[in-house]
Amino acid sequence: MPADEEGLWHRPSVLALRRLLHHRLFVSGLVLFAIIVVAAILAPVLAPINPDKIDMNATFLPPSLRHLFGTDNFGRSLFSRVMWGARLSMLIGGATVAINAVAGTVIGALAGYYRRIDNIVMRANDALMAFPPVLLAIAVTATLGPSIIDVIIALGVVYTPRTARIVRSSVIVLREMEYVQAAVAAGAGDWHVLRRHILPNALAPLIVQLSFLFAYAVLTEATLSFLGVGAVPPTPTWGNIMAEGREYLTTAPWIIAIPGAALMITVLGLNMLGDGLRDVLDPRLRIQQ
Amino acid sequence: MMTPLVEATGLSRDFALGARGLFGRSRHVLRAVDRVDLAILPGETVGLVGESGSGKSTLGRLLIRLVEPTAGRIRFGAEDITRLGGRALAETRRAMQIVFQDPYGALDPRMPVEQIVMEPLRIHGARADAAARRAVAEMLDLVGLPPRAARRFPHEFSGGQRQRIGIARALILRPQFVVADEPVSALDVSVQAQIINLLTDLQRELGLTYLFIAHDLAVVRHIASRVAVMYLGKIVELAEKSALYAEPLHPYTQALIAAVPVRHPSARAAGRVRRAELSGDVPSALAIPSGCRFHPRCPHAMALCREREPAPREVRPGHVVSCHLVNPA
Repeated sequence: MPADEEGLWHRPSVLALRRLLHHRLFVSGLVLFAIIVVAAILAPVLAPINPDKIDMNATFLPPSLRHLFGTDNFGRSLFSRVMWGARLSMLIGGATVAINAVAGTVIGALAGYYRRIDNIVMRANDALMAFPPVLLAIAVTATLGPSIIDVIIALGVVYTPRTARIVRSSVIVLREMEYVQAAVAAGAGDWHVLRRHILPNALAPLIVQLSFLFAYAVLTEATLSFLGVGAVPPTPTWGNIMAEGREYLTTAPWIIAIPGAALMITVLGLNMLGDGLRDVLDPRLRIQQ
Repeated sequence: MMTPLVEATGLSRDFALGARGLFGRSRHVLRAVDRVDLAILPGETVGLVGESGSGKSTLGRLLIRLVEPTAGRIRFGAEDITRLGGRALAETRRAMQIVFQDPYGALDPRMPVEQIVMEPLRIHGARADAAARRAVAEMLDLVGLPPRAARRFPHEFSGGQRQRIGIARALILRPQFVVADEPVSALDVSVQAQIINLLTDLQRELGLTYLFIAHDLAVVRHIASRVAVMYLGKIVELAEKSALYAEPLHPYTQALIAAVPVRHPSARAAGRVRRAELSGDVPSALAIPSGCRFHPRCPHAMALCREREPAPREVRPGHVVSCHLVNPA
């Protein structure tokens, strides 16, 4: 039915998607990020050499056809290690985003919608936000012990208050909208108003925030493992590969440069993607462009 | 005497304002609506007029329990709805609806029109089935929108069309009482008349009772049967439309009528209404003047006006005014 197609075509989400696909910055960011995601997913296929396999006869080999990214001080294939490190980065970034999406939305929506609990929740939030993220994450992993799960919990604790604040500010604006008032006037309860009107309309700024958050989480995880409080070696992470490579900076610079480049591509890609999302999804900022 | 459909008695609403300490209460309290009495009869249209900040919107929302009252009582039909909550309130809401001023902010941008108009039915437990869709289609037809509007999104409509969607949503539950909160203030003049005519037609067809809020008397003239004039949270004059326009008694009402542009220069020269332009702005509702709250701007203020607040008095049959200057006929 043509009428149906017409309606679908004008759906706000479809319109946003079309604008996104024409946004150069967004598409470039998406491509960069996709490279890392594909590398992470296909690591076992693309990098068949076991990342933990030590070969003392092949240490410090520069990049070559056999070892695309060279080898490290134990003769392990850097290509394999960086690919498997990408898996861990994506896992931790994804899990942190998931925790934030759920916990940040629940906390932010409650604080923004029920003003009575707002003060208490937001002061606790402020207290957590007063710590520098890396220090707080170190404190949490030091308490829980360094493992992947604990790093994810630490990043969740560090970043959820920031996400909650973004959601809260959207909710405060949205709850005063007249379409929300109209639903209340029609007899809608809080749950209906939150689920049908407030959360769907708060989604756009949340998605923007989460794309930046993914980059922060990857960066903070790399910092933690660089400092030795992240995932424990020999599990390859970009951070601990760089920590090991630091000692051989002059003799085998590729050890530190390659995971560094991977990190840079990830963060750059996500930031470009986030900027594109913000241009398209957040009309208040689009005007200032 | 007919029993009113909606009746407010001593209705007040305070808003806490500004900087609130970490634990403390707000220091500033704004009284947006101050001990208002108003009775609206079934089938009539009461026009509520006042400058911005006069509390007219708040009063309209108080009547349908969209804003909680600080003091006073609201009756709807035979029932006292002041303290109603939960299921009982949701049921009562079916009978009282609101049309908003801003045709852009009043519609959820993420919902197609069909969902927007159907939402009140869904809230009251209807399923989104063929019957509900038929009800929406009938309602869209009633407010003058084509059937294909159902699948479109709010951003595809003009201001006047959006206002029609808002009206369809307000009427789908077949309410008895509708608060129209400046429904045409944001529209082009040419579209204003269409929407006012639509509201009048719908009133006749569906037997609706309106509280029609506007910021000038010109718009209200076409639709209201009685007119209430509000100033700084109080109704200062209430009368039949003809009486109010022919013989405004409160100096504020006189000034408002004088402010309506006269159509032809010769009529202006004839000076049927003495020009009484107001000086100054509406005082802040945080610092309401002593005595009569209008006295700082009133051209006829006397010593008494500064000291004692005038009580509403019915000086002619059906003509209530709060002013020391007016003597009963």
